[in-house]
Amino acid sequence: MTNQNGRFGIHGGQYIPETLMNAVIELEEAYNHYKDDPAFNAELTALFNEYAGRPSRLYYAEKMTKDLGGAKIYLKREDLNHTGSHKINNVLGQALLAKKMGKTRLIAETGAGQHGVATATAAALLGMECVVFMGEEDTIRQALNVYRMRLLGSEVIPVKTGTATLKDAVSEAMREWTSRIADTHYCLGSVMGPHPFPTIVRDFQAVISREIKAQLMEKEGRLPDAVIACVGGGSNAMGSFYHFIEDKGVRLIGCEAAGRGIDTFETAATVNTGKLGIFHGMKSYFCQDEYGQIAPVYSISAGLDYPGIGPEHAHLHDIGRAEYVPVTDDEAVDSFEYLSKTEGIIPAIESAHAVAYARKIAPVMNKDQIIVITISGRGDKDCAAIARYRGEDIHE
Amino acid sequence: MSKIREAFDGKKAFIAFITCGDPDLETTAACVRAAVANGAGLIELGIPFSDPTAEGPVIQGANLRALTGGVTTDKIFDMVRSLRQDVTVPMVFMTYANVVFSYGAERFLSTCNEIGMDGVILPDLPYEEKEEFLPLCHTYGVNLISLIAPTSENRIAMIAKEAEGFLYIVSSLGVTGTRSEIKTDLKSIVEVVRQNTDIPCAIGFGISNPDQAKKMADISDGAIVGSAIIKIIEKYGKEAPAHVGEYVKEMTEGMKIS
Repeated sequence: MTNQNGRFGIHGGQYIPETLMNAVIELEEAYNHYKDDPAFNAELTALFNEYAGRPSRLYYAEKMTKDLGGAKIYLKREDLNHTGSHKINNVLGQALLAKKMGKTRLIAETGAGQHGVATATAAALLGMECVVFMGEEDTIRQALNVYRMRLLGSEVIPVKTGTATLKDAVSEAMREWTSRIADTHYCLGSVMGPHPFPTIVRDFQAVISREIKAQLMEKEGRLPDAVIACVGGGSNAMGSFYHFIEDKGVRLIGCEAAGRGIDTFETAATVNTGKLGIFHGMKSYFCQDEYGQIAPVYSISAGLDYPGIGPEHAHLHDIGRAEYVPVTDDEAVDSFEYLSKTEGIIPAIESAHAVAYARKIAPVMNKDQIIVITISGRGDKDCAAIARYRGEDIHE
Repeated sequence: MSKIREAFDGKKAFIAFITCGDPDLETTAACVRAAVANGAGLIELGIPFSDPTAEGPVIQGANLRALTGGVTTDKIFDMVRSLRQDVTVPMVFMTYANVVFSYGAERFLSTCNEIGMDGVILPDLPYEEKEEFLPLCHTYGVNLISLIAPTSENRIAMIAKEAEGFLYIVSSLGVTGTRSEIKTDLKSIVEVVRQNTDIPCAIGFGISNPDQAKKMADISDGAIVGSAIIKIIEKYGKEAPAHVGEYVKEMTEGMKIS
């Protein structure tokens, strides 16, 4: 799907300072060399299976299916991976690649802390130094993950600039990379940023849809009717969609964080409220004002609180291959509680956005239809914040 | 011939960077006039951006203060219109790709032409992406300034061959901001540049004192100073123009321009 110059339709590209150009070219060359290298892939597969616990389960949510009374619902359990989310897939791939490139230090941005924890984990495992940039606001919302990263031996740098959230953490990680390139790999956490990151991250996350396809074939002997995943930058969604893109009968649905609603300023629903722009190394859709100033977005979910979306998603939207729908804080919190009570699975608040949309469409679908929801992460990290949202003050 | 060349005609150029609207546009205009009166040969006007990823803390702060103060691209165009009634030195905009893109590249660049801006510097538009704006830059006679970094190595010749206006050589790794020492082997970079183009080249990032400026101008055609000026504006606010003038005088005298 990636064009020669790292484009997905009109989106993507490499809008970065000259200082970083040779670094991304070096990364692209290394990736092209290793992606088809049997030894590299054997090593990565061993890490996926033995260390991260893959393949993740495709679980038939029978109670939820009965309760909604429509389509049959399966949950792709990325929350069961080591470190508790899909982020480990990409991180193990990139960390291994960086190590092969001779890099000794990883830097990363993080929103909810899941990507930071995954990067810190891979760094510990592979004996690399690790520095994670995290918006100061998010270090407060996700204090437990800050502790986890430090426990794993990483340095966590709170970012105070701008809105002190995910976009500022990305900016600061990019700044750090321009100052130290020789020994450092920027382990970007989503299908965004300059080429080749959107392609590399997608390929490492594509294991999700590869497994869904095989597992569902085994259980049901057919493809799903819809695949639903939450979208911030869009890595778990891209991973969940990728191997279904050519299967036109499969609806691909990305759930954006609408925050308090797409008719308010407190939203992070990029496709639904943003416009075409150039930021963080890529051309894509961004929430911005009429002069191109990036908007201070909002969502209850720190992981979806980002003003842009990966360029391949922007392209899938343009060509009508995937749908991007807004889901509000209220709907997500309600589904966070719903899945906990109905299936005994506490989803990440990010993933709860996907659950919420499935609850809207499943009842109006036929009983012989199948929905797969990707549960991108587990919700332990969110319990304190959701309790606060419900007016209950608990201490972690 | 590009008007930008005038800044380097038979002399070394002192290039002053000022973020528009910090603390307000009247002060910006007065700082520009003070810099020009004291020997600045070229002015870089920064259009603030919410997320300036190539800037260090000093210029990030200026961007934030300017945006908080309500400055917009249109208001900056108006300021330039009035500056151009008496300021004749070449001037270029320095901003981020999204500011130009979202305004509408054609609308932005045709306005540059109309108000007398001679070029644009976009630090997030490398060689590989310059086609995004280059054709329209040519249509409207606005030079798209290319940058060369310490990591450019095998890319220097390719960039220099197609460069226009002047070449901006980034002195150090990292973001903008003053540095006590510049370690990059800039002489070798300039040598490769000279072999591939005859347009002037100036060095920026990290320069704050006359001694550094002289050294940089000795090995190239000029020195670009941003953060050191922004620090003065941050410190003195509306009273900054006189102090900026004094500083520029010290720098240009050190470089033996004035």
